[in-house]
Amino acid sequence: MKALSILLLVMPVVMTGTAVQAEIVPPRQAELLYLLKHDCGSCHGMRLEGGLGPALTPKRLQSWQAEQLAVTILHGRPGTPMPPWRPFFTDSEALWLAQQLKQGVQR
Amino acid sequence: MKSLSILFFTMLLMPGISLADCLTRGTGDMGVIVERAAGSLKVVDTTHHNTLFQVEGLGDLSHASAVYSRDERYVYVFGRDGGLTKVDILCGRIVKRIIQGGNSIGGAISQDGSLIAVSNYKPGGVKIFSADDLSLIADIPATTVTDRDGNKKGSKTVGLVDAPDQRFVVSLYDSGESWIIDMSDPAKPAIQRFEDIGSLPYDGLITPNGRYYIAGLFGQDGLSLLDLWHPEKGTRLILDDYGRGQKKLPVYKMPHLEGWAMADDRAFLPAVGRHAVLVVDSKDWKEIKQIPVHGQPVFVMARPDGRQIWVNFAFPHNDTIQVIDTETLEIINTLKPGKGTLHMEFSPRGESVWISVRDKDEVQIYATRTQELTHRLPVDKPSGIFFTSRAHQTGL
Repeated sequence: MKALSILLLVMPVVMTGTAVQAEIVPPRQAELLYLLKHDCGSCHGMRLEGGLGPALTPKRLQSWQAEQLAVTILHGRPGTPMPPWRPFFTDSEALWLAQQLKQGVQR
Repeated sequence: MKSLSILFFTMLLMPGISLADCLTRGTGDMGVIVERAAGSLKVVDTTHHNTLFQVEGLGDLSHASAVYSRDERYVYVFGRDGGLTKVDILCGRIVKRIIQGGNSIGGAISQDGSLIAVSNYKPGGVKIFSADDLSLIADIPATTVTDRDGNKKGSKTVGLVDAPDQRFVVSLYDSGESWIIDMSDPAKPAIQRFEDIGSLPYDGLITPNGRYYIAGLFGQDGLSLLDLWHPEKGTRLILDDYGRGQKKLPVYKMPHLEGWAMADDRAFLPAVGRHAVLVVDSKDWKEIKQIPVHGQPVFVMARPDGRQIWVNFAFPHNDTIQVIDTETLEIINTLKPGKGTLHMEFSPRGESVWISVRDKDEVQIYATRTQELTHRLPVDKPSGIFFTSRAHQTGL
């Protein structure tokens, strides 16, 4: 329900007429958030306040759209240690994660 | 009964309540385990495989590391939030805690035990504190670099270790340097800078005799070697062709160069972005072999006698440990402790190894001779394990 309302909120910004994103089922949401905290956290900090990689707080991410962040998550950032997470996330999972980051995940 | 007494203890340790009893014992068979998510430590007994104290309130301990005072009574914990915490392991309590920077990555204790150095990602640079009361002794800013957004900032500092003659050695991630910081006169830190050591040094280590400092490079193949007996010769690149033109794999967790995995004249190092452990001859620093392993190595650690190398791996292969025989260079065992196998620590003489298994909320203890699981200890999201025997080892 919460995810749906987030999706609705963000949709007008990030999706210009594209298909509606698939719902991420709650157990998978929990997995994604766990991975975000512990595995993304090994570079970005468990509280996402930065480390070897930059902070991923809503303030720091405000100038990017969720869709751009999803692209970075899926394809990485060449020339930096940020790897492509494509093998582990679908498009809609990456977008969902990007939306969580922009909104501010519970830290 | 035991848990009751621990509870009682914890109550006594509340701020404002005076301390009654601390343990009266030696600390040589003690250690701490970092509970990364809870921001707490478990103080453990490595003889009886049990927990003595739970110490709370250490802040953000993702990527935390620790060093010991030379009397092995105090542990200094470096937290991700810039926290530096001095903990008395005999009393199970925080002696002092400061927030010394915005975002720190590790630290070291000086040869004489009087200074604690901390390397910071933000604002970059190294700060040096009194080991006694954590008062600031020196603040050494890093080289200024311009980031991708055009902002000026201090380079991140990594791979900070202590070295003989009251020195520290550190590398600068963004600017590609290694620095020797001579603290023999604490009022006047003397810095010797080595530039162009290689692209993006991500961590460093020093040999147990304190002679060689090696920085691992993320931005290219190879490692940067500095001979501290002959700093005038500068750094040189070793193993710079270990990738031999193969495309690097994506790196989901940076390797760590902690401790020095060495057996006879062979050193064992993690390859970056490859499923390989590099074996190098420490007489001429030439590659002897690449050992293909299960995933990208994170920690490559030698049993204290150098007979075995234990390796853990980066996501998504972080449920596995492999054991390498240092004579044959063959993998002799593959263990599956569980997802989030993050760190290991050998008992002082190596009969057992403690392994953090994050997703099972436990530390598993294996007999190294048989590689069989002998004990389990419940620990909340364990990461780094640090035993007091580190107190007397250069670089740890």
